[in-house]
Amino acid sequence: MGLQKSEIMLVAAALAIGLLSFVIPDWLAFTTTLAIASALVVLGVVMLMRAGLVSFGQGLYYCIGGYAVGMGGRFLGVTDALLLIGMGVVVTVALAMVLGLLLTRYREIFFAMLTLAFSMILYGILVKSHNLGSTDGFGVGDWTLLWFDPEGGKGSRTVLWLATGVGLAVALFLNRYFGSSMGLACEAIRENEVRVEYMGMSRRQILYINYVIAAAIGSVGGSLTSLAAGHVDPTMAYWTISGEFVFIALLGGTGHVAASFIAAMIFIMVRTYAVELFPNSWQMILGIVLLMIILFLPKGIWSLFTRKRRVAS
Amino acid sequence: MTEILRTEGLSRYFGAVVAAEDINVTITEGEIVGVIGSNGAGKTTFINMVTGYLPPSAGTIAFDGSPIKGLGPRKLMRKGLSRSFQIPQLFLELSVLDNLSMALSASESRHLEMMRPVRTPERIAAADEILTQMGITQYREEMVTAMPQGARKLLDIAIAMLANPRMLLLDEPTSGVSTEEKHTLMDTVMEVVKRRGLTVLFVEHDMEIVQKYVTRVLAFASGVVIKDGPVEEVLADAKVQELVTGKRRGKNIETQEGGA
Repeated sequence: MGLQKSEIMLVAAALAIGLLSFVIPDWLAFTTTLAIASALVVLGVVMLMRAGLVSFGQGLYYCIGGYAVGMGGRFLGVTDALLLIGMGVVVTVALAMVLGLLLTRYREIFFAMLTLAFSMILYGILVKSHNLGSTDGFGVGDWTLLWFDPEGGKGSRTVLWLATGVGLAVALFLNRYFGSSMGLACEAIRENEVRVEYMGMSRRQILYINYVIAAAIGSVGGSLTSLAAGHVDPTMAYWTISGEFVFIALLGGTGHVAASFIAAMIFIMVRTYAVELFPNSWQMILGIVLLMIILFLPKGIWSLFTRKRRVAS
Repeated sequence: MTEILRTEGLSRYFGAVVAAEDINVTITEGEIVGVIGSNGAGKTTFINMVTGYLPPSAGTIAFDGSPIKGLGPRKLMRKGLSRSFQIPQLFLELSVLDNLSMALSASESRHLEMMRPVRTPERIAAADEILTQMGITQYREEMVTAMPQGARKLLDIAIAMLANPRMLLLDEPTSGVSTEEKHTLMDTVMEVVKRRGLTVLFVEHDMEIVQKYVTRVLAFASGVVIKDGPVEEVLADAKVQELVTGKRRGKNIETQEGGA
């Protein structure tokens, strides 16, 4: 099974990030890591959107991934980054498998509101948990990578490489997934659930598997964020964070896995500069950007590439 | 001939409304059966109950000797009972080839693959074969939204056939299709049906189509089967003419007008 053209592009982009990491300043390495981590959560949102579902609660799994890293180090003494990420995935998958049983029964606004409700429940629990720092959260301890201690456990370069590697693996997997029977079945469900059943497929089973995978990927995004930021707090589960992921998903579109990474980078850069230049009205700048995207690129930034390709052909 | 479908006392009520009542039908393998009746006569309700879309209020359904009442569409499809719809049920934003590849993938296994592309060479070949048989190869890479109604009907039926059914239920296959296209569409469908040796039960309003393609007719009126038999016999029946085809009523009116 050789690499497809778009997969070669993804590998090339990952290699380019790896090489550029040696020359870019720390703040850009950190920003890029956050963008990759956010993109992973956004990819989970995109997976659901392709099935016709919008989640305003993906922050739930993002937060679980983040807290798994923090708590794994703090309470269990685990320091290996991959093990910490894995712990987050295990907890997330276990929870998603339970919540998925309920959520896959719902569609449209009901699904969106239920996902939001579950993430806000976690937020409420964390805010009341004084052992976990309540609203302030707590710091993530020093971590290692495969028992190697990179840059004294705080390496912004190492976490960027880690994020790039994990991001590439997820992107390659999802690129195949979106073109597979399972991935296309999600789009089929969005289009016509009756026909899906009359083809002999279980729409609930498909949505369930899709939901659990999306949650696991979201958790990885949360873990990478906490490794990079060195801190976790309950706002990771707050609904505005989940809203940001939906924002980025709309910005990028569902056309290609790369769209989420590009959109996440644009979002974080726009937000960074908007806060810098217009500290009191940066939200308005983001609002205007979203409005422009909805008006002029309803299928997201990726439609610019597909449009160009269509014109060329 | 082997019995393939049997319904006994099949009924469906919506509150006080009787949509279908005491339907007793036996269909043998290889039969092409037409279902006729005016709007609201219970034809689609009957098809919906048999294909698991609507649970019956009473009665039994047996397919190939085993009871199927209460089974959902997925299980029925795997037993060999497939259907098309009055309004084609397609994935509008997907290409025709993706619609067919999806159907083929679903018919191959209960568990969908996550890493293998849905368009495999084998599926593409099978999709091309059915597209050729249905005469809609020109739409292969088009979105379904770009297809005319007649082509959509054919695609809907093609998808139903890809499940390798033993029995196919077609709900008004020619509705929404122009009069000129109806016969071409039915010729195409019936040729594929014959080639695959399927048993077919189809709902139809056009009596010309019924006379041309079926050997047996079930006439519905007010949720009840009022006549079941060979096509000529059913269409000549006075009650069928009065309640379904409307010929007798027209004749009566003419007679009355003439008498006056």
